[in-house]
Amino acid sequence: MSGGSVLVLGGSSDIGLAIARAFAAEGHDILLAARRPAELAADCADIGLRHGVKARALRFDALEIEAVESFLDGLEELPAIVVCCVGVLGDQPLLEQDPLAAAGVIRANFEGPALVLGALANRFEARGSGVLVGVSSVAGDRGRARNYVYGAAKAGFTAFLSGLRNRLASRNVHVMTVKPGFVATRMIAGLKTPPALTALPQEVAMAVLKAVRRRRDVVYVRRVWWLVMRVICAIPERFFKRLNI
Amino acid sequence: MKLSGWGQFPVVSCTLERPRVQADLQALLARGHGPVIARGMGRSYGDSALNPAMTIDMTGFCRMLAFDPVTGLLEAEAGLLLADIIAAFLPRGWFPPVTPGTRFVTLGGMIAADVHGKNHHRHGSLGNFVEWLDLLGPKGEILRCSRQENPELFARTLGGMGLTGIILRAALRLLPVETGWIRQRTLVQPDLEGVMAAFESSQDATYSVAWIDCLARGNALGRSLLFLGEHARRRELPDRLAAQPFSVPSRRGWSLPFALPAGLLNRYSVRAFNALYYQAGRRALTERLVDWERYFYPLDALAHWHRLYGRRGLVQFQCVIPLASARTGIARLLETIADAGRGSFLAVLKRLGAQESFFSFPMEGYTLALDFPVNDTTLALMQRLDAVTLEHGGRFYLAKDARLARETLEASDARVGSFRDFRRISGAGQSFASLQSGRLSL
Repeated sequence: MSGGSVLVLGGSSDIGLAIARAFAAEGHDILLAARRPAELAADCADIGLRHGVKARALRFDALEIEAVESFLDGLEELPAIVVCCVGVLGDQPLLEQDPLAAAGVIRANFEGPALVLGALANRFEARGSGVLVGVSSVAGDRGRARNYVYGAAKAGFTAFLSGLRNRLASRNVHVMTVKPGFVATRMIAGLKTPPALTALPQEVAMAVLKAVRRRRDVVYVRRVWWLVMRVICAIPERFFKRLNI
Repeated sequence: MKLSGWGQFPVVSCTLERPRVQADLQALLARGHGPVIARGMGRSYGDSALNPAMTIDMTGFCRMLAFDPVTGLLEAEAGLLLADIIAAFLPRGWFPPVTPGTRFVTLGGMIAADVHGKNHHRHGSLGNFVEWLDLLGPKGEILRCSRQENPELFARTLGGMGLTGIILRAALRLLPVETGWIRQRTLVQPDLEGVMAAFESSQDATYSVAWIDCLARGNALGRSLLFLGEHARRRELPDRLAAQPFSVPSRRGWSLPFALPAGLLNRYSVRAFNALYYQAGRRALTERLVDWERYFYPLDALAHWHRLYGRRGLVQFQCVIPLASARTGIARLLETIADAGRGSFLAVLKRLGAQESFFSFPMEGYTLALDFPVNDTTLALMQRLDAVTLEHGGRFYLAKDARLARETLEASDARVGSFRDFRRISGAGQSFASLQSGRLSL
């Protein structure tokens, strides 16, 4: 349909599904890529019925970096837009003690997402068009004791996206970085977050949709997060290191 | 958190859970903390969807699962909104076969209340169009229920107010339509005699409903505007509309940001409103095209309209009087209201068709629905209306109820005993309960 299909990597996440729905409502066909695609059958049916578009789920595991090229070869056509929502928060105290668990979080938030978008970037560059959206995090703007493994991986992803954007700017391939801030999803279920700083998945989805249309580069979903992170980043390290935020 | 029905009376502190996957829902039941009640959009008026110990918000289950474009059969999860069904399927030529007065209700909630619409005299209640449903039973088991499979459980779940189990999914047959427009005819009736005669002679009309001036007395008792409606065929639309027959003018929505002072709705303001509304109806064109939104859901345009009734909220009185005694029964109800001077501007009279069911509200006769602000005077008035209803063999709509006495329900409805027995024997009584079922010992 109009505007080509949208591939959502991490399509079973709350943010991924919300983004898929937002694009489907605009008439885009949807591909949801997730580790357990069978569980997305009802969501695909729902997206298809509500919006009269085609919606399918595909098996994809961002940690299987050797399988990325064959996954992309298996797509019927190269999508117009790819949104990567792959990520895991992890349990920081555990990650400090368990290097394998920490490696898993770093790979799921940085290595996997970066490499699949890198592979897609090459194909988009060859085609001469496409939009790549990486959902990163405000946690990547400055490392904090509370979640620095996750934050460091997101910082790496943010830097990777920035480099990709720089490389492809003259190639008609747009790369967008999204920093949602707190989002009321299963990922943070049980955490108490300030309501003014917490967006709904649908809000993230609408922000992404709008930003893709305007070809924005870096998007903080709630604008207040831009200010919050500027303040956090401006605190001198010798004070910052003593803070508990 | 604080929860209430649409009437904002009562407001009760409830533990609210909002599971998103079926396993989590089953786990909530398995915890065995006592009975729970499922809740959709909370559009029942009183305490049908309240349980302080645990109320389960089902709106997380809102996916459409399948649609057959030949038969119009839609399969969906119970938390799906009627509004979403219309948004997705009206552009493809399908409309809900039965609709209540708001589209912000869930599929499961509509089935639990076995809602009726302006076409009840022709098509019956929503249950007629439900092909099957999946019910989560007291032991966490999931049963497919239909007219063939588990037929008794199916029939008792229609109108069972969520007290037979939790409705998970259902299949609803939609109605094919050619346009999003209704041909509305307005018949002005000077009294109750007139409007009831007009209802009887309009039995062929697909939709019929009357707004009734409940403060008019004497010769004008029961003066009404009877609205008849038919789905417009495409060829009946003017050319400028026929090109895009499902696209209707978008409306600006309004919202009442806070509760108005309770005294604002008094006998003078309501009397003035009713008189103006009646006169406006008399001058209006007798036949015109109305879009589906204005026709079926005029009140949806004013979000939080319950705030018109003040901070204490509103109660709705809705009963049905069987055909044989409807003329005297409705007249007595109207006289009682007019004598008390406690009118409501949303007074609705509707002819219902015949219906046999285990626990649903409708039966052949006339139903009268009125809103009142909550206060001691109106609550006392409603008890007098209860007595008039009983005298005339009528019964009450549980989806509107917040205050009926157990004895009144028992006297009005011989089916109560059988419903209680079923709940006891099936085990549903231990697993599913609302404040309403407690009050009425269901």
